[in-house]
Amino acid sequence: MVVPKHYSRRYLREEVLPTAFCPGCFNGVVINALMKAFSELGIEDLRNYVFVSGIGCSSWIPSPYIRADSIHTLHGRAVAVATGVKLARPDLNVIVIGGDGDLASIGGNHLIHAARRNMDLLVIMVNNLVYGMTRGQTSPTTPKGKSTVTHPYGVFEEPLNIAELLVSTNANYVARWCISNFTQLKDSIKEALTKYSRGFRFIEVIAPCITYVVRYEGKTPAQKVKELREVCIPISRYRELPDIERSKYVGVGVLKREDRPGYVDAYMEYVRRAKESVIK
Amino acid sequence: MKVVRRELITGNEAVAEGALAAGCNFFAGYPITPSSEVMHYMARELPRRGGVFIQAEDELAAINMVVGASLAGAKAMTATSGPGFSLMQEGIGYAVMVEAPLVIVDVMRAGPGTGQATKPAQGDLMQARWGRHGDQYLVVLAPSTPQEAYDLTAEAFNIAELLRVPVVVLSDEFIGHGREVVELREVKVVSRRSELREGEAPFDSKDPSRAPPLPPLGSGHYLLITGSTHDGWGYRDVHSFETHYRLVRRLKEKVWLNRGLMPKPEYVGSDKPEVLVVAYGSVARSAKASTKLLRSEGVEASLLRLRTLWPLDPQDMVKYVSKAPKLVIVPELSLGQLVIDVERAFKPLGSKVIHYGKVGGGLPIYPSEIVNQVMSNL
Repeated sequence: MVVPKHYSRRYLREEVLPTAFCPGCFNGVVINALMKAFSELGIEDLRNYVFVSGIGCSSWIPSPYIRADSIHTLHGRAVAVATGVKLARPDLNVIVIGGDGDLASIGGNHLIHAARRNMDLLVIMVNNLVYGMTRGQTSPTTPKGKSTVTHPYGVFEEPLNIAELLVSTNANYVARWCISNFTQLKDSIKEALTKYSRGFRFIEVIAPCITYVVRYEGKTPAQKVKELREVCIPISRYRELPDIERSKYVGVGVLKREDRPGYVDAYMEYVRRAKESVIK
Repeated sequence: MKVVRRELITGNEAVAEGALAAGCNFFAGYPITPSSEVMHYMARELPRRGGVFIQAEDELAAINMVVGASLAGAKAMTATSGPGFSLMQEGIGYAVMVEAPLVIVDVMRAGPGTGQATKPAQGDLMQARWGRHGDQYLVVLAPSTPQEAYDLTAEAFNIAELLRVPVVVLSDEFIGHGREVVELREVKVVSRRSELREGEAPFDSKDPSRAPPLPPLGSGHYLLITGSTHDGWGYRDVHSFETHYRLVRRLKEKVWLNRGLMPKPEYVGSDKPEVLVVAYGSVARSAKASTKLLRSEGVEASLLRLRTLWPLDPQDMVKYVSKAPKLVIVPELSLGQLVIDVERAFKPLGSKVIHYGKVGGGLPIYPSEIVNQVMSNL
C-alpha cells in the first residue's frame, strides 16, 4: 500500500526535520495552518514566495523549515527587510513570520509604519505571550499579573493590543485567532493570499508558549487548548462584554478587511507621475 | 572614460550622481544633517528613472530595507551621518554576514552624541571599520573632493557587487556641502554573479578571495539566508567551531586578499621625502597645499593621500617611500585615528610620527598649521 505523503511535506525542507521546537509547541499548529492553506489553494511549490523572519522561536518556522526562499534577519528587522525585498521584487509574495517580542516590541516601529504604508506584505505574528527563546521574559503582550522571569512578582505593565492598534492604521487586513481556531486561521491565511492579496495584511495567532506559559501554569497542552476554546470568543461577542469581563477573554475574528491598493500600486502611480513631471 | 557632462554640484549631489551612474536603483534613507541632500537627490531622480526611493521610519529600517532590496537583486544604497551611522551598525554587520552587496554613505559630522550636526569631522574612521560586533570586514573608501565623491561612490557599487560586501563611502561635511565642477563620467558597471555553477554554493567559496554567486530570489533555489553562522548552503550551524571559523575567516580574506583591487592612494613628491604628510578626505586638500608650502621653504615634503581606508595594511603605505622619512605628520579632523595606522607603518622605520588634530566649530585644518607643526618638530 502506498501511503500518500502528508500535504505539508512538499512545502517543508524534510532534511531539517524534526523541528527544534519544544514538544507540544503550538508553532506546529501555525505551520500546519499555513501548509494546509497552501495545499487547499493548489499551490504547487513556494518558489514565488519569500519568507522573512527575525529572531525568536516562531522566526524559525520559515528558516529553515519552509522550502522557499527565506531570509532570517536581525531581531526586530524582518518587516524592514521584507519591505526592501517587496519593493525590489514586487512580483514575489512576501510573508513575514515572527513573534510578539520580535514584531511588537523591538520591531514595533517597523510594524506600525509598514501598516501605515499599506505595504504589500502578509505578516503572521505568533503571539506566545513571552520571550520564549530567551527563557520566558515579559513581552509587550504578556497578560498583566502573570509572573515571568523578569517580573517574578507578577507583571504590572499593561499589555499592548497589537491587532487593535493596527486596525487604526491604513492596513488592509487585520485578524486575530487562537491556535484553537485552526480552520478559521487557515481560511484567514487563504483569504489574505487570494481575495485580499494587496496591501498590509496582519494575522495574529495566540499560541501560548508551551514551556514558559503553559508548563508554568501547571497545564498540559491539551488543557491549554481546551481553555483557549473557551476564552477565545468571536470579536463581536467580546465587544459587547462589560470592560471588567474582557480581560478574561480574547476576541477573535477578522477585525478589518479591505482591498484598497497597496504601497506597490501607489508607488507605481507615483513613478508614472514622476516620469511625466518636469523638475527644474 | 567618456565625460557625459560637467556640473557645478556639491559632494552630496555628486555621491548621488555617482550612485546613479553605477546603476543604483534602490535608496532608503532617513533625514539627517549633513547628508540629507543625498536623499533629496535620490528622491527626485529615482522615481522618474523607475527606481525605488523610500523614506524609512528610522535608520534601522533604512539599512534593513537596503539589505532586503540587495538580496532581492537591487543595487541599493543609503546615506547618513554620525548618529544614523551608529544606528545602522547592526544592519551593516548583518549585511557582512549574509554577504549582501550595498553602499552606505557616511557624511561625517562632529560627535559624539548629537555633537555639532552641521560641522565637519573625521571621527567615524574606526567606527566605519570596526563599528559592528564580532569579527567582520568590509570596505571603506574616502573621497576628498566632489569629483571623487562621484568616482568613489560609483567604484563602491562595483566593489560591493564584485565581493558581495557592504562598502562605506566616508565623506564629510566639507565635501558634502562643498560645491565644485564635477565631471560626470561614464562608469563601467560591474554586475553581480548570480549563476550557480557546478560545485558552487551561495555562501562558500573554495577560493577565499572570490565571492560566491548569489542566485536571485524566486529562481527556485530555495535560498536559506541567515545572519546566524551557516554552511555554504545557508544551513544554520550555531555549535561547531569548524563552520564558524571557516565562515568568518573567508569573510575576512575576501576583503583582505583583495587590497590590490581597491582605489590606490595618491602620492605626490619625492620617494625620499624628509617629511611625509599622510591624510584623507577634505583634510588631504590642506595636506597637499602644505607640502607645496614646505617645498617652497626648502623642505622636501611628500603627500600620501589615502583613498581606501579599509582594508589597509600599514606595509602598503611604506611602499611609497624608498627611505624612512625623518618626520611623518598626520593631520586629522579628529583626536587621532588614522595616526594609529601610520605609526604602525613608519615608526618601525625610525620615522618620528606626529598627529595634528582639531575638530569642531567647522574649522578646517589650514595648510599653514601643518607647516608650523612640521617646522617645530623637524
